[in-house]
Amino acid sequence: MWLAGASVAALAITVGAQPPASQDPPPQPSEVRTTITSGDIGAPPRLAVPDFIPLSADPDTADAARVIAQVLWNDLNFEREFALIPRDTYASIPAARSMYDVPLDRWRELNADGVLVGTVQRTATGVRVEVRLFQVRTGQSGFARQYEGSLANRRLYAHTIADEIHQEQRALRGVARTRLTFNSDRDGERLGGTIENRGVKEIYITDYDGENQRRVTTQRSLNITSVWSPDARSIAYTSYRRGPPNIFISHIYEGTLEELTGNAGNNFLPSWSPDGQRIAFSSTRDGSGNSEIYVVNRDGTNPRRITNHPMADGSPTWSPSGTQIAFMSDRSGSPQIYIINADGVGQPRRVTTTEAYADRPTWSPAPYNEIAYAARTGPGNDVKVLDLATGQVTQLTFGEGTNESPSFSPNGRHIAFMSTRAGRHHIFTMSRDGRNVRQVTRLGNNYQPDWSRR
Amino acid sequence: MTTRIPASTVRLAAVLALSLGLLACGGNPSPTARPAPPAPEPGFGDAPSSPPSTTATEPRSVPPEPILRDEGIASASLDDLNRSSPLRPLFFGYDSSEVAAEGRGVLDANAAVLRQNPTWTVTIEGHCDERGTAEYNLALGERRAVAAREYFISLGIPADRLRTVSYGKEFPFDPGQTEEAWARNRRAHFVITGR
Repeated sequence: MWLAGASVAALAITVGAQPPASQDPPPQPSEVRTTITSGDIGAPPRLAVPDFIPLSADPDTADAARVIAQVLWNDLNFEREFALIPRDTYASIPAARSMYDVPLDRWRELNADGVLVGTVQRTATGVRVEVRLFQVRTGQSGFARQYEGSLANRRLYAHTIADEIHQEQRALRGVARTRLTFNSDRDGERLGGTIENRGVKEIYITDYDGENQRRVTTQRSLNITSVWSPDARSIAYTSYRRGPPNIFISHIYEGTLEELTGNAGNNFLPSWSPDGQRIAFSSTRDGSGNSEIYVVNRDGTNPRRITNHPMADGSPTWSPSGTQIAFMSDRSGSPQIYIINADGVGQPRRVTTTEAYADRPTWSPAPYNEIAYAARTGPGNDVKVLDLATGQVTQLTFGEGTNESPSFSPNGRHIAFMSTRAGRHHIFTMSRDGRNVRQVTRLGNNYQPDWSRR
Repeated sequence: MTTRIPASTVRLAAVLALSLGLLACGGNPSPTARPAPPAPEPGFGDAPSSPPSTTATEPRSVPPEPILRDEGIASASLDDLNRSSPLRPLFFGYDSSEVAAEGRGVLDANAAVLRQNPTWTVTIEGHCDERGTAEYNLALGERRAVAAREYFISLGIPADRLRTVSYGKEFPFDPGQTEEAWARNRRAHFVITGR
């Protein structure tokens, strides 16, 4: 049992190793797309991802063929759109030597609805990866792509394939190529020039799955509350490197740095507008020493104050449309979440009514209309989600250590957060229903994750 | 690393600070050491109003040691000064930025030290215990620092000598997870940043 090679070849396209983020769908001339479905109505399709087939004899190719398949399995498993058949159950099925001798009848015995088959071949400049998703029942190909690029980041091929399969097969924007930023004391460096022994915190980034963790700042100072720009090419954060806290922006692909806020007061907690043109933050610049929410243009011009209250206002987060800002205020006597128009017109509206203490609101991406926040539930905090349409509150964590600083994934299906459940302070991700908790960081203490929007 | 500083320490610090202040202000600052001049010129190193006749025959005794020491202190003394803790920390209640009666006593004593050292500038750091969220604690720490600053201003300390910064819960003084540790961490910490 196998498929018509000609139709597959027509679908194959070439994508570079660093694919442009806005990937147009491939040309689909007169083809009816094959969607892999489960034989059981309503059940997720069962998918197998065996090791890719190395078409070159060198060890690097063989290694890449194995790594790409494993990472792809993890990426697809993360979204729960497919039921991934465990890879250690494939041993009885003979490995294919090419796309054209896949033993589909054997995969059917394993009760697979689809099998993802890939090849890895050396080229003059790097590597070519080809992948096809076969419907086991019919032998039709539901997805066929070809990628070329360097072998340096093998995982990126898997992440790209996973995102494109989710888009084509499930109309879902996957997160396999997204990243988190956070701050960490993992390097154990100490601040200079202080009497007390104080450790530094630096800004880090990581792939969504915890791989490729890299340090962004090297100032040996206190750097916290990092957030991605919407294009995921820059990170804004709060830094005490010059004494008072100010907001800096690191352009991580250019290796350049700019300072958003000058020497006016103390400036904290930046939040990028969805269009990337404005940044909201908390500041004491009005001179009273009381923090208010300000919005400033991306280039630092035209700062305008949008809250005005003698109690503290902080932790701004933008609505998906960019027209509203949710923030924390303790004007009622305890920290609570409020919403105000982004232009500051009108009165803030309090949206948390049942919490003793609620902080760090994070507005979900569309189509969800929710705000996640940290609520005091006992000695520590737990992550909760407020549905703004219904007012319903859902608690996602339940007292395993303290759980704070939630941040939605760009598709709204996952939440990154900080938890002490594993002993120290670490970054975790979980599904939007609180299940499938995964630990992202393992070194030092890690705080305040922000999930990139692409 | 002391949290409760006995009054004697404050007095000692005040005396130390006073003597440092005297050294710093002792005459026209001429930071280099001068040997006793074998054939001194009239009015050497002195104010123009000095009578020239007194320098004709007698070499004036110039104390080189204090001047030498002054230079060393001026360039490296802020850390030593802060290590001696002339300004006591102010502690707060849970989730509170209110300066209670005991705290006012601390601030009154600190204000006295600041009045004795009118050139000092101070950064007031606001700190929190670990139980609140990191984000809200940035605001709460700010308000604690501001509460101390406003009390100083009410006592006549010029506002431009007092800066505030909030560290939230980033720099606990005591890493413990007990009521005692948390109480030590809810504080305004005073750092002399200029003199």
